[in-house]
Amino acid sequence: MPGFDFSNHTRNAALHARGMPLPKATSTGTTIVGCIYDGGVVIAADTRATSGPIVADKNCEKLHYIAPQIWCAGAGTAADTEFTTSLISSSLELHSLSTGRKPRVVTCMTLLKQHLFRHQGHIGAYLVVAGVDPTGVHLFTVHAHGSTDKLPYVTMGSGSLAAMAIFETMWKKNLTREEAIELCSQAIQAGIFNDLGSGSNVDVCVITEEKATLMRNYLTPNERMPKEQSYKFARGTTAYLKEVVIEKKDLKKYVTIVDLAASGAAADSMEIDA
Amino acid sequence: MSNPFSINGGAVVAMVGKDCVAIACDLRLGMQALTVSNDFPKIFNYGDVYLGLTGLATDVTTVSEMFRYKVNMYRLREERDIEPETMANLVSSSLYEKRFGPYFVSPVIAGINPHSQKPFVCGFDSIGCIDFAKDFIVSGTASDQLFGTCESLWEPDMEPEDLFETISQAMLNSVDRDALSGWGAHVYVITKDKVVKRLLKGRQD
Repeated sequence: MPGFDFSNHTRNAALHARGMPLPKATSTGTTIVGCIYDGGVVIAADTRATSGPIVADKNCEKLHYIAPQIWCAGAGTAADTEFTTSLISSSLELHSLSTGRKPRVVTCMTLLKQHLFRHQGHIGAYLVVAGVDPTGVHLFTVHAHGSTDKLPYVTMGSGSLAAMAIFETMWKKNLTREEAIELCSQAIQAGIFNDLGSGSNVDVCVITEEKATLMRNYLTPNERMPKEQSYKFARGTTAYLKEVVIEKKDLKKYVTIVDLAASGAAADSMEIDA
Repeated sequence: MSNPFSINGGAVVAMVGKDCVAIACDLRLGMQALTVSNDFPKIFNYGDVYLGLTGLATDVTTVSEMFRYKVNMYRLREERDIEPETMANLVSSSLYEKRFGPYFVSPVIAGINPHSQKPFVCGFDSIGCIDFAKDFIVSGTASDQLFGTCESLWEPDMEPEDLFETISQAMLNSVDRDALSGWGAHVYVITKDKVVKRLLKGRQD
């Protein structure tokens, strides 16, 4: 990333000084958790995104890819978690390409904390970093100001208290994979049902020495009932004053379009040197 | 000084149908309670992609012109039109670049992918967080009302004709409950080989 552009900052600071409120950013007023078990690590998240009291997205993704075996759960300002994780994902990829080694979770955590500390908490990303690398299984939390923790089970976000209550009563040593998934999803559900900032579904990601498995919408305890009635309006209900029809083929008469042969999945995949 | 998102007023909504999408905007431009113009459309076209912008009118114009420039540069470099998904990432990163001095806009994208023929809508906050929705996206001063009307009126797999009625009624009834939006509306119904643009008859108060 070339860096931030502060060209509107002076204007907005002047407006702010005259009493203008800060813009409402989409926040993941969230429940995110992580838990180590024998042979791997599980992270989980709810799927609600909020903008003030409004539910902006009922099924958003809060588990972010960092490296094949490092994943990250994000709480706080949604845009910040999204861009911070993809920035660090990108530099880790380049780092592992240049060293010829698998990226380590501590490296990821250090890059994240240094980036966040440099911005003095203005980047509102609160993260749970988990992964498996040649040095073992790891689980960290990273706060927006740059502090980090290393614990066997962690929670973050507005639902962290509800989720931690579950961990503190149910957690035990030497969990199995299934027990860890169950414990994490129970903790997320505690957030979904007891914290207003969290809701909808449970996403889970399990990382082992072999692979990472993302289970999107692992639980859907809040599915919407299909509507009993159709509320379609009769065609012709809406009055309009003018209508313009733009046909694609009319436009294409004046320009030649050459379709490139490849399409679909094959065209999207990146070319990699042998 | 009040909130920059609600000085000029305005509303945009986008919806997904069966092999089609629709996007609608109101036409009001105001300064607080004073209406300055009743012909200020908030939807801009970039090839296969339609971009709706609500918020501070000066930023709506600036951002729409900035994307006109960026999409033209893309077209020259790539020798093809930009796809809706690509446009979404362009909008997202352009807004996040200004994380600490944002444009006061809430963009909405609607379009049909020219390759996969899949309908696509998404929305953003002012710093570029993408909201990928399967059903509808709302933005602007009437967004609370639009959430209500869309949540109750939208249903899956609507034909273009039904989608037009649904998005139009959702829009008109929402802006009638918002003092800062309204004064007519534009509705685009986009199918794979045709776009129909209609000017709705709306209340002028």
